[in-house]
Amino acid sequence: MAGIPHDHYEPKTSGEKWLHSRLPIVGLLYDTIMIPTPKNLNWMWIWGIILTFCLALQIVTGIVLAMHYTPHVDLAFASIEHIMRDVNGGYMLRYLHANGGSLFFFAVYIHIFRGLYYGSYKAPREVTWIIGMLIYLAMMATGFLGYVLPWGQMSFWGATVITGLFGAIPFVGDALQTWLLGGPAVDNATLNRFFSLHYLLPFVIVGLVAVHIWAFHTTGNSNPSGVEVRRGSKEEAEKDTVPFWPYFVIKDLFALAVILAIFWAVVGFMPNYLGHPDNYIEANPMVTPIHIVPEWYYLPFYAILRAFTSEVWVVQIASFVTGGIVDAKFFGVIAMFGAIFVMALVPWLDTSSVRSGKYRPMFKWWFYLLVIDFIVLMWLGSMPAEEPYASYALIATAYWFGYFLIVLPLLGVLEKPDAPPATIEEDFDAHYGSDADASTPAE
Amino acid sequence: MFKKLAISTALSLALIPAAVVAAGGGEQHIEDFDFSFEGPFGVYDQNQLQRGLHVYTDLCAACHGLKYVPLRTLADEGGPELPMDQVRAYAENIDVFDPELDDYRSATPVDHFPANDGVGAPDLSVMAKARAGFHGPYGLGINQMFKGMGGPEYIASILTGYTGHEKEEAGTTLYENTAFPGGWIAMQPPIEDESIDFMDGHANDLHHIAEDVSAFLMWTAEPKMMARKQVGFIGVLMLAILSVLLYLTNKRIWAPLKGKKIKQS
Repeated sequence: MAGIPHDHYEPKTSGEKWLHSRLPIVGLLYDTIMIPTPKNLNWMWIWGIILTFCLALQIVTGIVLAMHYTPHVDLAFASIEHIMRDVNGGYMLRYLHANGGSLFFFAVYIHIFRGLYYGSYKAPREVTWIIGMLIYLAMMATGFLGYVLPWGQMSFWGATVITGLFGAIPFVGDALQTWLLGGPAVDNATLNRFFSLHYLLPFVIVGLVAVHIWAFHTTGNSNPSGVEVRRGSKEEAEKDTVPFWPYFVIKDLFALAVILAIFWAVVGFMPNYLGHPDNYIEANPMVTPIHIVPEWYYLPFYAILRAFTSEVWVVQIASFVTGGIVDAKFFGVIAMFGAIFVMALVPWLDTSSVRSGKYRPMFKWWFYLLVIDFIVLMWLGSMPAEEPYASYALIATAYWFGYFLIVLPLLGVLEKPDAPPATIEEDFDAHYGSDADASTPAE
Repeated sequence: MFKKLAISTALSLALIPAAVVAAGGGEQHIEDFDFSFEGPFGVYDQNQLQRGLHVYTDLCAACHGLKYVPLRTLADEGGPELPMDQVRAYAENIDVFDPELDDYRSATPVDHFPANDGVGAPDLSVMAKARAGFHGPYGLGINQMFKGMGGPEYIASILTGYTGHEKEEAGTTLYENTAFPGGWIAMQPPIEDESIDFMDGHANDLHHIAEDVSAFLMWTAEPKMMARKQVGFIGVLMLAILSVLLYLTNKRIWAPLKGKKIKQS
């Protein structure tokens, strides 16, 4: 695997040989766990393991929660209280699952921004990047579906608002929304199908994650220098890499333990901090909350969705050109999905010949601005849709699209990048120093 | 790079509770009561919970219900911890509707506190988690990290927040309340000084009664809070130890590669 020359699994005993000639599964596991990994990976490369752990945590806690939960409008809220009060350890299961969702998104955002900074999406890793974006979309869908299940006020009204987005699609919108909801409004049919899909999608994510890992095990990991591993011979490759086990397994486990300690403190000491108090009020179709706010991890895209009102000139032009088919609501929906779509296209929008942002003096600043932009959008998403927030949201949205559609293509032409190190070995040694004699063998 | 991202993500985390931005109400004032159960090591005061149950039973239960709270949990560890015979005696004084008998009967400990929507008052089972008392600074809710969500503070502030003014609106009497969003609440002042005589002789001014019943409602909303904090503490401790061990292991594994360059074999 990885096109990086390395030792492969050799079955030794007759039993191993017997299995290997029929199903080379041990060899597959060996190659996966022993994959040559660039030795200069920094602490930003730990998030993949954190994310894998999150997925496992959510599936395990989720399966047990599903044993005690009842997807019915009259019983759902009560069944959550049953979990909190009567099920052994139920309060921990539920709080781990609810906060686990937040950890999952927290990690995925850092993982995505790491990819954006170090150019991990660039050739030959475009497929890894695209699959990653699909995973992210599936996570968004799963998180949203799951938030509806406790059947609190925010569950109900969140579901109403988000499915309403599909209703904004011209011509087919109303029919599509009714089809999604299983009726004219959010009701028992909606809750049932959301529960079913919330159980299904994580396993789709498992499949996508497997393909995601397969893809980057084929191309080899990216790394902070952006320089590829030398593949001329095994000896050469071994100067740039170390096997995943034990070097990165232990490093990643250490990072995981630290992050879990913080996570556990949140779950143990302030489990409702990231939730909305209104979700402890049972869903009531007759009472609309004053502010309907999504979970924190949707806020940046929620801000983009709301940024386009009918007063914005782009919206007016779009509406005029299309004869009113594209109204402000539909425009917002397009913008929201477009914001993720442009991110998925970044392998082709970034024209720079240098992969890592470390060696791109101008790019760096635009990237930091993008990170700030993302945080500002998150803040704006939580604010009421009124001035001055509406104008800020428009500016922040403009930068989001501008970064991907204008800045990245132009930078490749305008910027004069620094020279990256020739090899990963050189990059590693620049950090940790080296003996003059590079060929001194280890004992 | 890592530091920058760490700072920015920490910042974004801090921004999150903006989702809990204060709703409506210009001059909402929530008093920061000092409860025994605040902070990672805070615990319920058993006597306070028992007094709160007394207040709830004598005053609140007339209009409100606690339909998600099983009566048996009054005996549970980490709660009011009434002896089981007292729970039975308490239950006997409550009438619950039994669909199988199609009639009312006295409750037993396996029943829940009755629901009560006779006058349209909300159920109080999880009220202490359904209201956030603190939203600052600038509506970001960061102070909740230090003060807690402020649910029980909100309840106690409502109970003590009446100004004495009232007005008629569409046939309903509204009472001015400094803690209620919008300033006018439909609930008439339920507690005054000496509304209750506590058996343990505890102070029974309005402020103390409000505090006790709010603590009790925090327990009904989060009956497993003490167990959860203990699990939290042990978990954090174990993970911290594990982190140290893994850190040392990691350092040792990488040592031959760092500082002194070697050839992989």
